[in-house]
Amino acid sequence: MALLSARDLTLGYSDRTLVRNMNFELNEGNYLCIVGENGSGKSTLMRTLLGLQSPLSGKVLHGDGLSAREIGYLPQQTPVQRDFPASVSEIVLSGCQNRLGRRFFYTRQDRELARRNMELMSVSDLAGKCYRNLSGGQQQRVLLARALCATRRLLLLDEPVAGLDPRATTEMYQLIRRLNREEKITIIMVSHDIAAAVSYATHILHIGETVFFGSREEYLESRAGREFLDPQREDRMNMKVRKKKQPVRPLAGKEGKA
Amino acid sequence: MIAKLSLYMSYPFVRYALIVGILIALCSSLLGVTLVLKRFSFIGDGLSHVAFGAISVASVLNLTNQMLFVLPATVLCAVLLLRTGSNTKIRGDAAIAMVSVGALAAGYLLMNLFSTSTNLSGDVCSTLFGSTSILTLTRQEVWLCIVLAVAVVITFILFYNRIFAVTFDETFAAAVGTRVDACNLLIAVVIAVIIVLAMNLVGSLLISALVIFPALSAMRIFRSFLSVTLCSAALSVACAALGILISILAETPVGSTIVMIDIAAFGIFALIGHFLGD
Repeated sequence: MALLSARDLTLGYSDRTLVRNMNFELNEGNYLCIVGENGSGKSTLMRTLLGLQSPLSGKVLHGDGLSAREIGYLPQQTPVQRDFPASVSEIVLSGCQNRLGRRFFYTRQDRELARRNMELMSVSDLAGKCYRNLSGGQQQRVLLARALCATRRLLLLDEPVAGLDPRATTEMYQLIRRLNREEKITIIMVSHDIAAAVSYATHILHIGETVFFGSREEYLESRAGREFLDPQREDRMNMKVRKKKQPVRPLAGKEGKA
Repeated sequence: MIAKLSLYMSYPFVRYALIVGILIALCSSLLGVTLVLKRFSFIGDGLSHVAFGAISVASVLNLTNQMLFVLPATVLCAVLLLRTGSNTKIRGDAAIAMVSVGALAAGYLLMNLFSTSTNLSGDVCSTLFGSTSILTLTRQEVWLCIVLAVAVVITFILFYNRIFAVTFDETFAAAVGTRVDACNLLIAVVIAVIIVLAMNLVGSLLISALVIFPALSAMRIFRSFLSVTLCSAALSVACAALGILISILAETPVGSTIVMIDIAAFGIFALIGHFLGD
């Protein structure tokens, strides 16, 4: 059975349906990229997969003995975190919170796990540093280490490169690919970055007026993929976005203090 | 000065005030970081007004131990406010503003209409600014304060890891299966208990200062959650002890003296933090 599958999933809010009857399957070791325009329901799908929101109809099935708690999550950063006094090791250790169960405190094994994941994400030398003084790329690596404490099977990444400079973006994508290939971790990534999606992912889920799900090769051949990848269309989309007076996302944000 | 101090120390009510004051300062500083960063500070402020309303009701009813009424009422309001906070129909902060201003008005009205006291404005003033209540605690109230304070500290230590997780990243915590709602409820109840306790020390209008200043001061210098928490607890206790002693010697109101010392400490910490660099 697939690690994670969606059956006839209909998403949205009580007054508005975003996506109808969506089906897809994810097997162990896949790298799924979820793409789509703003407001198409990407975040809603993400919240549904995490069990934070229930679908209007249909269901999300977990297979291969994956429990709902075993999904590691890399959320987008919140304003609270920007001035939060917390050291890197405290944050990474908090990824072990789903191992607490009925206990109140972390065990030596939990601390060891946090240490190993900090090493894996090469943030060990930052362990005592304050999170808010790190660069954007370092912060994302810390949050990845935290997510790895929560799971070794499935990672859900929400816009993992938002606000990173081009170099940090490339490093982040390479790191995610390494986790997928070497550590055999299944990846689900929500991204605006369609070019990166088609170059790194094994599968694509495109949410929009029509829903597409298939392998990367199938996507490149499909109508949805060709339209979405067409640069002129991208321009038209931006125009449309500006007319709606929505803020246009900058291509690369500031990197913060190193 | 030492002689004057030791003379005062021989009175039991001064010793009570010191013990209770230090314990209250300790509890109130613990959740400061959470309150500041979780945007819960307005809940703290709202609840302190609710506690004022509850005290007016208690004094109109002529209850001997007001805390037994004020505590459940405030905890109930904390739970209700948290519920409306997640409801999208009335925005959380608007609901809190409504409840807190309403409680303040109703409390003052009740005191005016039904108070048996001859010194009404004095009563209101001491409830708002806690001018002498710490020195007039009965033995029973002192014990209640001690029990509640110890309960708050133990709860905080036991749930320290969960409070950190929920404060730092609620979405992540919910995604990996931590019961975020239960944790938020626990935080709100603890805040309510702290507010009722702290009312004895500084009065209902100055509570936020007692909760927030030590945490903000510690955040100027320290960089990890644990060190900030420990520092703000130590700082809060030191400021409270110093404030109580000064107010005894200089015969100033206890609450505002403590808060002024907290503010001075914040200034010093901010200065040190500035020179240490970020």
